[in-house]
This record gives sequence, structure tokens and C-alpha cells, in this order.
Amino acid sequence: MRPTTAAATMLAALALSAAPATAAAEPATKALILATTTSTQDSGLLDVLVPAFEKETGYFVKTISVGSGQAIAMARKGEADVLLVHSPADEKKVVEDGFGVNRRVVMHNDFVVVGPVTDPAGIRGARTTADAFEKIASSGALFLSRGDNSGTHAKEKGLWRSAAVNPEGRRWYQQTGLGMGDTLNVASEKGGYALTDRATYLSLKKSRAIALEVLVEKEPLLLNVYHVIEVAAARWPKVNAAGARAFADFVVSPRAQQMIARFGVDKVGAPLFVPDAGKPEAQLGL
Amino acid sequence: MTSGGPMLEVRGLQVQRGGRGVLDVASFHLGDGEFVSLIGPNGCGKSTLLLSMMGLLPRAAGEILFRGEDVFSGDRVARRRRMAMVLQEPLLFDATVHDNVAAGLRLRGLGREETRRRVGYYLERFRLGDLAQRSARKLSGGEARRVSLARALAVEPEVVFLDEPFASLDVPTRQSITADLERAIRGSRMAAVLVTHDRSEALRLSDRIVVMNEGRIVQSDAPSVVMNSPVNEFVASCVGMETILPGEVVRRNEWEVAIGVGGQEIDAVAEASVGEQVYCCVRPENVVIEVVNPTLTSSARNVYLARITRVASVGPYLEVRLDCGFPLVAHVTPDSFALLRLEEGKRVWASFKATAIHVIRKRRASAAAAGPAPANESVADGAASTQR
Amino acid sequence: MDLVLDGLAKAIALVVHLDPEVAGIALLSLEVSGLATLVSVVLGVSLGAAVALNQFPGKRAVVAIVNTGMGLPPVVVGLFVSILLWRNGPLGFLGLLYTPAAIVIAQSVIATPIVMGISISALQALPAALRTQILALGATRAQMVWMLVREARLPLMAGVMAGFGGVISEVGASIMVGGNVRGYTRVLTSATVMEVGRGNFDVAIALSLILLGACLAINWCLTAIQQRERPR
Repeated sequence: MRPTTAAATMLAALALSAAPATAAAEPATKALILATTTSTQDSGLLDVLVPAFEKETGYFVKTISVGSGQAIAMARKGEADVLLVHSPADEKKVVEDGFGVNRRVVMHNDFVVVGPVTDPAGIRGARTTADAFEKIASSGALFLSRGDNSGTHAKEKGLWRSAAVNPEGRRWYQQTGLGMGDTLNVASEKGGYALTDRATYLSLKKSRAIALEVLVEKEPLLLNVYHVIEVAAARWPKVNAAGARAFADFVVSPRAQQMIARFGVDKVGAPLFVPDAGKPEAQLGL
Repeated sequence: MTSGGPMLEVRGLQVQRGGRGVLDVASFHLGDGEFVSLIGPNGCGKSTLLLSMMGLLPRAAGEILFRGEDVFSGDRVARRRRMAMVLQEPLLFDATVHDNVAAGLRLRGLGREETRRRVGYYLERFRLGDLAQRSARKLSGGEARRVSLARALAVEPEVVFLDEPFASLDVPTRQSITADLERAIRGSRMAAVLVTHDRSEALRLSDRIVVMNEGRIVQSDAPSVVMNSPVNEFVASCVGMETILPGEVVRRNEWEVAIGVGGQEIDAVAEASVGEQVYCCVRPENVVIEVVNPTLTSSARNVYLARITRVASVGPYLEVRLDCGFPLVAHVTPDSFALLRLEEGKRVWASFKATAIHVIRKRRASAAAAGPAPANESVADGAASTQR
Repeated sequence: MDLVLDGLAKAIALVVHLDPEVAGIALLSLEVSGLATLVSVVLGVSLGAAVALNQFPGKRAVVAIVNTGMGLPPVVVGLFVSILLWRNGPLGFLGLLYTPAAIVIAQSVIATPIVMGISISALQALPAALRTQILALGATRAQMVWMLVREARLPLMAGVMAGFGGVISEVGASIMVGGNVRGYTRVLTSATVMEVGRGNFDVAIALSLILLGACLAINWCLTAIQQRERPR
């Protein structure tokens, strides 16, 4: 009986040890909900910025990374305190509708069109994405879309519009409903094209040698600009306005901007983001 | 025998199940140390009565008093702890034999030392000493039955209710366990109510037999009275129609004994000692009526001059009641009756063989007086048995 | 196959070097699911006993609902619990969303019907006369329930294992109410999903193997208790 009683007490102790951990709710004023996107989280940038912010200010940041659509919906419902997203059209609407305030540019990275080395649609080196997308559509080459209302997905839909093509329902257009990394994996497996942010592509290529190459890049429409938006306390009094302000101020501060500029060099050989705090919109080509 | 009223008293008890009345007992009582057997057909309410007396079934009407206190009010658990019950299935716990027997004691919060002492004692009483650490799942039917009895008696109740605890056991096992139970009960002033279908068991153990039918008590008397003078046909069919004669062994000679009954002697084959109180049971079909004295021409040892006191028709034959100095019943075909020109009042010779008598040894007054149990006591009981 | 071997190698490395982040994630998984299982056992066994041992109108409906609850999709539970715990939701004032406590709550909701359903059937499988016999031995109602639970310990233990297994392996509720916040509400399952999304398959496999290892260890202990040394 004794070894089993020991086992039982061990398990009970383990379970009960969770009680203090879970019961210790952090003091309300010091906790902050940051809603951001999976691609931002996956880039790893926040793992650098957030601890720095926490150390400096003593705030406890709960980073909730979801699709862009959900992040913005959280802001509209007052379930987040501050947003860090990259979906300009939706962001402007949020501010217009009064749910978001103090929208400030933080950084940008760019999107690239990737595809198989064989490039069946022949889009390599195209001048505009619109061109490339037209070619993909007319050749019926496989294209993988995230299809999850994320910032990337929004960007992609805009690009299809600029190409005057409606890919919805076409056989070669497949929506995964997954995050960026997963979608690239599928594209790699199936030899299809995809639109992706450069950071995700680079880190995936490094860690897992996916069979995709950058085929179209560096054109204005492919810029992916990140803004920080504080959720309006006027609409949602329960929002931690002070914390949101502190975080937003932090990410546009010179210190954070420097961290952003250096981020990624040791991991993938090139910086993954370009810091843009303070620059006027026009300069960014938007 | 008892001071004040009886230990357990039931008055006007009515119990319902599913809207139907299943028990309607006008009166029932149990004295200290009294042993009562409850017999009757299946579904007549015997188990219901037992459960009610423990306060385990709600009643529609009536009252049950244990030492003057209403069983259904006050501290019911404390009162229940002065009783014990054994059901038809052993219903042992998934634990060792020791832990099973200790269960009732632990529920009562008895100390560890006292528990161990009592468990050891009752394990010995029921010859389970070697099995103390055996898992209950690994016991034979008889062993399991002993454990459930030991478990009930270990709490040393003032009354124990036994609901057919020996059902589906083979005869030798049944008799051996019954003997152990009897000794254990004798050793204390425990009262007992035993539900049984075994008439010889009821005879041997009981101070009183209660016959039930359809929820009511039909007869409640000393065993020989119930057996010999059943109040109606139903009771008669329950207890079996045979003559049961109380007597005392006056002489013995190897396997044969002579039993003094009503001024006469009956020769029987039994292993009883001189001076023992016994019952002689004779089945009516074994009694032969003759108009001449058969003593020198028949092998039957028991021959008596008798007078026919009553003749009644019972199905295909006639039931002839005789007075030989003790009452005797014979079954005779109507043809034979006519052929011998028998009639009420006529003097005839009644005879039956010594081997046709079933001798039941009455339970002894105390275990100490009886000494250690004779090893083949159960054999003796069964040797002359022709019934069942 | 290389991927799995890479993962195995990585798992061993992480465990041997006691990588603090992974250790923290593993420990949080065990604590959260362990506490949820404890809650579900207390609620499930007591409510299950109440249902199994009593007659009341609508009993059959209750049992049907509990049995349905055993198959509740964790993500559905997560969604509804998060709706309750949203800042502006009915229980928002508790400030529980995106905390380990929220995961415990959601997992308790997932595990309790499992433990309760199995408790009900385990207790109903005991012979009806056993209850009478126990009461006849002089047990109070509370003692009787305890003894019946002890008699049914084999299937009840299986129920505990089923409850624990159900919650330590679920990911939908953990992500929805926990938010997968690094170092705070990140558990083995949500971390695995995240690493797969990032393409770090070796880490994902490592985490999966650690999760499997933890499950095996816990269930070993629980099975030992269930099958404890029986007397000859």
C-alpha cells in the first residue's frame, strides 16, 4: 500500500501546487492585453520587445496572437488594450468608428511572392504583383491563400483586385485557413505559389528548407506596414489606457526602434523589419 | 424471560411497494435471546418484515418498537447498530476476509486493538482463521457465507436477522455452517430471526416458528405446535404434513435409540445420547394400519395399539388420525380403508419402521454444556433424514 | 522519420539540460490539468453518487445530459467559457481571462462530465442489495456512500484517468481562454501548435514527446493505485 499512497500524495501535491500559481491574479492595473497577429508573434520580434518593455515599466503584457480580423474585433469589443497589427484598411475603420485612438506607425516588412523553383506560371522577376497574379490566374497555376481574414490575407485580396482577377472559387485557388507558416508548408508540399511576409519565409527557409523561392519582391504594393493603436478608453472604460499608452510609446521610442532594426540579423542574416516610427505616411509609399 | 416488554415489538405494521400493500402484520414480537424462524412462500413478505424491523424500509402505517423506542425516529443509526442483518448473497467487500469482518466494527469507530481482538475471535468461531488475509474474491461459496455471518456477529448485536443465508449451499456445507452459527449465537444472549425454507433447520434451531402468507402472519407458535397443529391447509402445506413428536432418549444401543414419547417408546436410528431431548418425525405415508397385531410377522419395530380418532379426505387419499398414546397420522387409500372396514373409533394396529423415523436433535441450552462439537454431528442429522 | 528522430534528440536535449522555458511549460501543463482533474473528481464523484444512488423525476434525462457532456468538444467549452470571462462579459469583473485559472476552469468543465458519467455507471453497476447490507452494518448515509465509492474504485480510477487524459491533451480551450501567453499560460499542447505554425517541427515533436512522457508517467502512478497489490 505504501508506494501507492506515496504516488497518490505526490499527484495531489502536484495538483495543489497549481492552486497558488493560478490563484495569484496579477493586479489589474499592471496587466495589459496586447492583441497582435500570429505572423508578428511568429517572427519572434515580440519575444524581444515585450520583455524589454516589461522590465522597463513593470507592466505584465499578455500577448494574444490571433488573426488580424480577430485582433481588430477584440479592440472593437474592448477585450484588448492595445493593438499591433498590419491591416491598414481595417485599422483606419477602427479609428474612424471611434474604437481606436493614437494610431502610430511602428515598422514595416515586406511581402514577397514565393513559388516553386520551376515557376510554371513564369512570374519570376515580374515588375508588379498585378502582372504576376494575372499570369498565375491565366496559367491556372496552384495558389495557396491563408483565407483567414488576417492582415496577410487582406493584403493578398487587395493585390488580386489590383490585378483585376477574382480568384474565389477557381480550382487553382486554395484557401488553407491557417497561419503563415502552415500555409507556406502546404505551398511547399504542393508546389504552389503564395504571398508571404519575408520574415516568415526567411525563418522557415532557415529551419526547414522549404522548396519555395522568392519570385516577386520589392514593389510598393508589397509593403506590410505595422501600426500600434490604443483601444479607446472612452468607448470601453475597462481598458487599461495607461498601460496601452505606455506600450505604444515604448514601441515607437528610439530604444525599441533600434531593437527592431537589429532584429533577425543573427537568426536569418538580414534584418526582418524596418523601423518607421515618426515617418509620414507618404514616405512609406502608402 | 424478559424484563419489561419484549425486545422487539411490531404493531399494525403496513408496508407498501409500488402502491400495493405487501405487508400487513397485526402483531409480532421478539424476546431477548429468542430464536424465531420465519417460513412462507416466496413473496409473502418475510424479507420485507426483516428490513422493516431494522428501520430500513418506510412504513405506511403501524409502529415498530425496539426496547420500547420507535425504530423510525430518534437516532436511527445508533439503534440500527444494535442489530445486524445477513442477506441471501454474502455481499462481501472487495478486500481481505479480515477487513470484511472488521467492517461493522470500523463503522462504529471501535479502536484498533479491540477490533483486531474481536475479528480474530469471530474468525475462529467460523473456522476462518487461516483465511484472514485472503481476498474476498477468492473464496468458495461456503467460505464467503461464513465471512458474511462472522461480519454480522462481530458487531455483537442484540438481535440478528438472517434472510435465507444458507440458500444454494450444498447440504454438508449448510449443516456445518448452521452448526457454527448456532454455537456462536448460543454463546451470547443474541436473539435471532431466521428466514428459511428448511423445516428441519427451523425445528432444530427455533423457539418459535412464524408462518407468513401474502404479507400476513398466519400462525406463530412453538415448532411442534405449528408442525402438528397447523392452523389451516396453507400452513400444513408449508410445514409439511408429518407427525412431529417431542421426546427424550431413554436407551441406546449402538446405532439404535429408544425414545420415550407419550408413555410409549419409539425405536429409531440416530446418534443421540441418553437423556437428550429430540423430535421424532414420521411421514404419514410411512405409517401402516393393520387389523391384526403384526409384531411377530413384520420387520417394523414400532407397533402400537391405536384408536382411529378422525378421518378426512385429502386429495386422492384419506388422512387417518390415530391415538397411540401419542398422536399419529397415516395416509391410506380409500380402497384399503374400505377393504379393512376402518372407521372412526375403531381399534387398530399402527406401525412404522425404525428407519422411517427422522430424529431431530433439539438445540442445546448452552454451548458450554454441550462441550466441543462432535465432528459428525451433521452426519447424524442427515443419516435418518428421508425428507426434503 | 528523420524529423521524428531530430525531435527525439531535441526532446532529450531539452530535458537533460532542464531548459527552463520548456520545464516551465511542462510543469504548468501538469499543474493546470492536475488541478482541473482534482476539481472534476471532487465534483464528478459526489454529483455522480448523488445521481446514481437516488431516484428522482428526470433522472434519465440528467444521465443522458451527462453522457452527452462526456463528449463535449474542448474548443466549444473554451469558446463558451471565454465568452463568460471576457472583460465585458458576465464574469469579466473577475479578471480571469488569459490566466492559468481560466484554463483550469475550462478544463474542469471538460473533465467533470467524464468523471461524473463514469462514476454514475460505476456505482449503478454495484449490486443493489449491497447498499442495504452496508446500511444494515450500521453505516450512516455518508459512510455508505464512501464504502460504495471504495467498492467501485476500479472503474472510478479509470474515470479519473479518462478525465486527466482528456484535459492534458486538449488544446482548443487552453488557447481560447489561456491565450498561450509566453511563460504564463503557455502549456505543452498550445506550445506545440504554435511551434508547428512557425515551422519548428523539431521543437514541436520534442514538446509532443515530453507531453506523452508526462502522460505515461502520471497514468502509471494512477494505474498503480488502481491495481494496487491485491492480497492473495
